[in-house]
Amino acid sequence: MCSKKDEMKKKFRVVGTRPIRPDGIEKVTGQALYGADLHAPNMLVGKMLRINEPHAIIKSINISKAQKLPGVKAIITFQDFMEVSTNKTNDILENCLANKKVLYDGHAVAAVAAINSEIAKKALDLIDIELEMLPFVVDVDTAMQKGSPVVQLGRKHENVSDDFSDNVTSFCSFGHGILEDGYKNAAKVIERSFKTPSVHQGYIEPHACLASMTADGRSDLWCCTQGQYNVRAICADIMGIEESKLRVTASEIGGGFGGKTTVFIEPIALALSLKAGHPVKIVMTREEVFKATGPTVSSSIDIKMGMSKLGIITAAHAVIRYEGGAFPNETYELGAQSAFAAYDLKAVKSEGYNVLTNRPAQAAYRAPGAPQAIFAVESAVDELCEQLNLDPLETRLKNAAKKGTKASYGPTFDEIGLIATLESAKKHPHYAAPLAQNQGRGISCGFWFNFGGNTCVSLNINFDGTVGIIEGNPDIGGSRASISQMAAEELGIPLERIRTVIADTNSLGHNDVTDGSRVTFSVGLATIKAAKAAKKEMCKRVAKLWKIHEDAVIWKDGYVLPAGPNAGDQEPLSLKEIAAMSAQTGGPIAGHHEVNAEGAGVSFGVHLVDVEVDPETGQTKILRYTVFQDAGKAVHPSYVEGQMQGGSVQGIGWALNEEYIYDSSGKLQNSGFLDYRIPVASDLPMIEPVILEIPNPGHPYGVRGVGETSIVPPLAAICNAVSRATNIRFTELPLSPPKVLSAILGKE
Amino acid sequence: MKYSKPRTEKEATDILLAEKGMAKILAGGTDILVQMKAGHIEPDLIVDIKNIPGIKDVISRDGGYEIGAAVSGYDFNINPELKSFAPGIAEAFDLIGSTQIQGRCTMVGNLCNASPAADTVPALLASNCTAKIVGPKGIRECGIEKIPIGPGKTSLDKGEFVKSIFIPSRPDFSSDAYMRLTPRSEMDIAIVSAAAFVTLDSHGVCTNATISLGAVAPTVVRVKEAALLLIGTKLNDSALSRMANECKKACKPINDKRGTIEFRSHVAGVLAKRTALLAYERAGEKIE
Repeated sequence: MCSKKDEMKKKFRVVGTRPIRPDGIEKVTGQALYGADLHAPNMLVGKMLRINEPHAIIKSINISKAQKLPGVKAIITFQDFMEVSTNKTNDILENCLANKKVLYDGHAVAAVAAINSEIAKKALDLIDIELEMLPFVVDVDTAMQKGSPVVQLGRKHENVSDDFSDNVTSFCSFGHGILEDGYKNAAKVIERSFKTPSVHQGYIEPHACLASMTADGRSDLWCCTQGQYNVRAICADIMGIEESKLRVTASEIGGGFGGKTTVFIEPIALALSLKAGHPVKIVMTREEVFKATGPTVSSSIDIKMGMSKLGIITAAHAVIRYEGGAFPNETYELGAQSAFAAYDLKAVKSEGYNVLTNRPAQAAYRAPGAPQAIFAVESAVDELCEQLNLDPLETRLKNAAKKGTKASYGPTFDEIGLIATLESAKKHPHYAAPLAQNQGRGISCGFWFNFGGNTCVSLNINFDGTVGIIEGNPDIGGSRASISQMAAEELGIPLERIRTVIADTNSLGHNDVTDGSRVTFSVGLATIKAAKAAKKEMCKRVAKLWKIHEDAVIWKDGYVLPAGPNAGDQEPLSLKEIAAMSAQTGGPIAGHHEVNAEGAGVSFGVHLVDVEVDPETGQTKILRYTVFQDAGKAVHPSYVEGQMQGGSVQGIGWALNEEYIYDSSGKLQNSGFLDYRIPVASDLPMIEPVILEIPNPGHPYGVRGVGETSIVPPLAAICNAVSRATNIRFTELPLSPPKVLSAILGKE
Repeated sequence: MKYSKPRTEKEATDILLAEKGMAKILAGGTDILVQMKAGHIEPDLIVDIKNIPGIKDVISRDGGYEIGAAVSGYDFNINPELKSFAPGIAEAFDLIGSTQIQGRCTMVGNLCNASPAADTVPALLASNCTAKIVGPKGIRECGIEKIPIGPGKTSLDKGEFVKSIFIPSRPDFSSDAYMRLTPRSEMDIAIVSAAAFVTLDSHGVCTNATISLGAVAPTVVRVKEAALLLIGTKLNDSALSRMANECKKACKPINDKRGTIEFRSHVAGVLAKRTALLAYERAGEKIE
């Protein structure tokens, strides 16, 4: 066995190459099976009745007319479910189907299963709902004020001040040092307020599932999710069955970005199936996806920051108010923790509040909570640099967090790549490129925690010398490719001999959700260790065959050979030969590994962007965009680049045009892709990814998660660029043409 | 829901006339299929006109071109003759949807969908185009501006449908242009749009002009007062800014999720200026 340090320096054979993606042909030919692609005999169509009112008491639900419609097989409301064990599960269920109140525009109150979708739709029209309208609130700042309509009573934690309305459920505070001393030492102190809209993950595939549940509780669920084990845990709890009774299989997934880490339709389909005695399929429409699945939080943030003449941040304070819809959530904490993570600060404080509003329950979205908080912080840093006439990149370097920095949220950093990333940006030709009139350059740092978590991998050596890997995390970012690559590397066999598949919940032990940028790191780590276990077993088999001690054989580049001349002069045996003999040497050979992985290693990125603002229309064009990010070790660089580019594009959309627009009656105005404007390819320049590789000591190959950090910097980078191009400091997103033009005309 | 694919104009009008419920014409289908899928409309009858002889033809006549109701954006823009004849109409047509939509969408569909934000309508209006309407009483022709009467509403009578649009001949040294503002570069809907048609004399002085604006009122509007300000000029800055002001005044937009009244009115003037200049440049190229 070689030491960890040697392994870090080792030359890779397969890791770091760019093989063709294993799921490509299925996907481009339409053969891949997504959530809506499965059909079962005698399958029913499930549809939800949604209320287009922001806040109302449900006085009654009368299903008698709908029930009589021929072809209707089951109708359910919240009353069909039994009590669940936790507040959290109850919130999930109440988000799927309203209990006593409609809490947001689009909240479902009943569901129907019928023999076809026409009848199901007709049945929905026949359900009589009696509502008593209530005053509503959709804005975070308004919702906090005393006297504001209260979305849910009794959710306020004890540490929340009584100065706020009952919509303010939670509060947190992090930091160290004495702020007032820091402000005294500053050459300039600014106080600014920022706002960001709620934005949706915008995955192309709407939620879809096919459920079958029998009277004895045995059930099968096929669905589009980022975590089949999580779906199982929630649904088993809601349906009151043991986890072993419910098998959940994850379909191919057309994007998730965090939004598919919970459930919206799965328990409904199970309950309808149980009641109707048939399999039930539910497929959401795009409108339902926008109205009733989780966007990210919208925010209102105050920053007070002081900077010395030389550009040292002397003190910094953030008050972060996140609105995540009608149910409590923890995103505000992630915001407060990540806000100042990029900086080594003497005096820092970040406080966070969660606020309830009459909007759909927020769901995770790529680095949940970080883009909003870091947008505010990075905007303040940029404005101070501008006012003090300092280079914004040099200033960030001066304040950058490094090994040994006590982070504002508590921990002391180990090896981190922020300084190297900033240095790389500084050296890049982009930073020195000339700018023309109406153009501006913006920069921002970004941060994400990254996560390890519970992971199981089984690796089977087939008799023909090929290898089957079973893992339990839906592949949303190329994980099957990178896992196969790491196994090929470890086993010393060609990549083509490996196939990685994603198990259902009954075929492998628990795996945490595909989130926290954890899969390539954690599943990769478990795969390497499973491969090592299989290698050990193969060595054992060969030793047995050669009738020598196990220690007298070694594994090298896909072969077992005698450890030295004393062990004998047997011809080395390949993995293929060992596999072929496995029935004679003790049976099938496999390796597996189970771990609650730690050591994911935090991730930093730096983005540079050039924009041009049309002074007559307020329209912003992205001219050039460069992403610098530490990947630890890029297993499949094309996928890593894809993550860096994809996150940037989502951030560009967030900065420029995406927003949930509510009218004065609390209804969502843009529940479709026409008026919810995610960028299209022609809106973007080629986004240049610069991958840095600073090995993560927590992973055998140095891998660090890369999926989320890239969405964090674009908001501030673009806002800083637009502010510099127009000489107007913007503090509210999105920077849509009407908003920018209005500011330009206001200045004239 | 009934679907019919008549083989003659007469058959089409008869079927339309006989229908008691909601009848919709299908050419490209890029509006009605979307509306049906979203549940906004549930037609009782769909009449697919693509089998009617001549409906996909482009006919050159009287110095202009007659464009059949089923001619797609792709068909139009792949034709170099049409593109150089009416570059403003071509660029407006080309802006509808994506490459895939271009293979299906039609100008007549764009006109009869009656959206104030329709891309081709300001361009067709600036070029004084007419529409040929088939109905129970025979064929009639009218200016295209008479067809949309409000968002989603047309002046077409029961049993009538538009079979073609005529782009009339143009004097020497004439050209047109179309521009729109959309937050995205494609796959979007105009928040404001403008089209211009100008005719110059051999010295480059404007002798005739038409300016039309989209998405600033319930229907596309022609701004005569603005266009007049260009006549007798070489589109110098002061003429252009007076024209832009006149355009702003003509706007009666709304505040909505896509834009504010202030924004739409201001940008209408900006785009009118820019399209007028582009049309001027194109017409000017013909002089040299």
